[in-house]
Amino acid sequence: MDANEIAKLAQLAKINIEDTIASDVAENISRILSLVDQLQAADTDGIEPMSHPMDAVQRLRADTISEANQRDQLQACAPAVDKGLFLVPKVID
Amino acid sequence: MHQLTLAQLSQGLRDKAFSSVELTQHYLDRIQRLDKQYNSFISVSPEPALRNARLADKRLSTGDDSPTLCGIPIAHKDLFCTEGVRTSCGSKMLDNFIPPYNANIVDNCLNAGAVMLGKTNMDEFAMGSSNENSFYGPTKNPWNTECVPGGSSGGSAAAVSAQLAAACTASDTGGSIRQPASFCGVTGLKPTYGRVSRWGMVAYASSLDQAGPITKTAEDAAIMLNVLAGFDERDSTSINEATPDYTRTLNDSIEGLRIGLPKEYFSDGVDPEVAILIESAIKQYEKMGAIIKEISLPHTHLAVPAYYVIAPAECSANLSRFDGVRYGYRCENPTDLEDLYKRSRAEGFGEEVKRRILVGAYVLSAGYYDAYYRKAQQVRRLIKQDFDHALSDVDIIAGPTAPSPAFELGSKTNDPVAMYLEDIYTLPTNLAGLPAISIPCGLSAAGKPVGLQLTGHYFQEAKLLNVAHQFQQETDLHKQTAPNID
Repeated sequence: MDANEIAKLAQLAKINIEDTIASDVAENISRILSLVDQLQAADTDGIEPMSHPMDAVQRLRADTISEANQRDQLQACAPAVDKGLFLVPKVID
Repeated sequence: MHQLTLAQLSQGLRDKAFSSVELTQHYLDRIQRLDKQYNSFISVSPEPALRNARLADKRLSTGDDSPTLCGIPIAHKDLFCTEGVRTSCGSKMLDNFIPPYNANIVDNCLNAGAVMLGKTNMDEFAMGSSNENSFYGPTKNPWNTECVPGGSSGGSAAAVSAQLAAACTASDTGGSIRQPASFCGVTGLKPTYGRVSRWGMVAYASSLDQAGPITKTAEDAAIMLNVLAGFDERDSTSINEATPDYTRTLNDSIEGLRIGLPKEYFSDGVDPEVAILIESAIKQYEKMGAIIKEISLPHTHLAVPAYYVIAPAECSANLSRFDGVRYGYRCENPTDLEDLYKRSRAEGFGEEVKRRILVGAYVLSAGYYDAYYRKAQQVRRLIKQDFDHALSDVDIIAGPTAPSPAFELGSKTNDPVAMYLEDIYTLPTNLAGLPAISIPCGLSAAGKPVGLQLTGHYFQEAKLLNVAHQFQQETDLHKQTAPNID
């Protein structure tokens, strides 16, 4: 893991990583990946991946409205809103 | 009053030995007087607390049908949404976040009459094993303020240990209830995955996260679990399984109980003092009629590597919602949308959170998915199969909660991998989804608490609580308090 790879990951994760700390971040992530690489020694042939402890499947519900509109309360904690819309910097010229 | 357990407080309130307002004010005074040295609370909410205490006193005065926690002051880990009270998750990202609704378990506690004193400190987004990753500064261990309280529910464990709340809620993704309970000399229960609703609990790793209580005793944990547990259709991982009265079987005999000791939990990695205290607790169980067997959980050594693929992968997905648009921190003067996302997240998240998001992005990225995420999920099944096999032969698995007692503040902050290895005995149960409890089993020579971890079969919390309670009936190790707690 080097500074270039960190820049790629930072882009994927949408997190700015300053150039001055990129090599420190790379070093720490390399150590974590070395720890994680111990997995490769495990014999997992024929083992079904496990995503839920009880192998439960996603519960579905009827496609009906279950909650009243709470836009004003939910937008009260937004950084910038106007007329019920979330404001962001201009996206389209 | 602060020395009393939930069961005793409930009796005291019903006997009119004190009112909820008196009790609540007493706890608020203690927090104000003592918490400067522990930093176990992020927010204290005296007005709603006293308002609820007055309501509780009214309910108590009308008769005997007041609910279980009526008038009892508790605190919530600061990742459970509380309507009108800041829910920061220990992060600058949510420093300004005031939720418009209550988490399911916050409502459950309110409905049971509990009074919320405030919100407890935690590692940012529940990522950490020492509480040093909090934006609000580290919590100190009440037994030794130069040591960490454990994490990520370090604030909850320290608050119960320092008797600043009668009980606390907490959450456990890789040991975050049990390890701080162990370090702070209190009782901490992680229920079965899906047992307690996570609706309104800020998500970290959704296939592992589970909420539970931190209390003074196993009996108190049973009282709390009666309030917390139950099916909730709003949490898609909540499991529709009947909830028993967890206090009803506390006094069942444990004669003939089969306890398994995994040989992998007593290897070179465990501190010799911890091993001695665990062995002595096991001898106590033997004296009480339990049958002890050696068992093996052969894939234990792969739990930490599997966890540090699965948890970061899920965290990178869950934390993508913090984008500076709908709630939470937004950077100053963003030049465009991309800059808004990247700087808000860079400035709003702390180092460990960013590290785990990046690891998650890496293991999920094109070309690596099978080698990391799929492989980790396969190893996860091997770990679960180890437990299934072991629990077909024994009723309970016992061992240390953590490899050592509380370590010094700052001693592991520069080495993430050393910190991760702290959770070696707690992570496997999260990966398997099993319930487990940590109870105090003595003090090291330096006077630091050590926790005994008991793990049971799926949905067998009642059995775990029974086994823990019986130990606490025969010993007084859970009654020891930090030396300077008045």
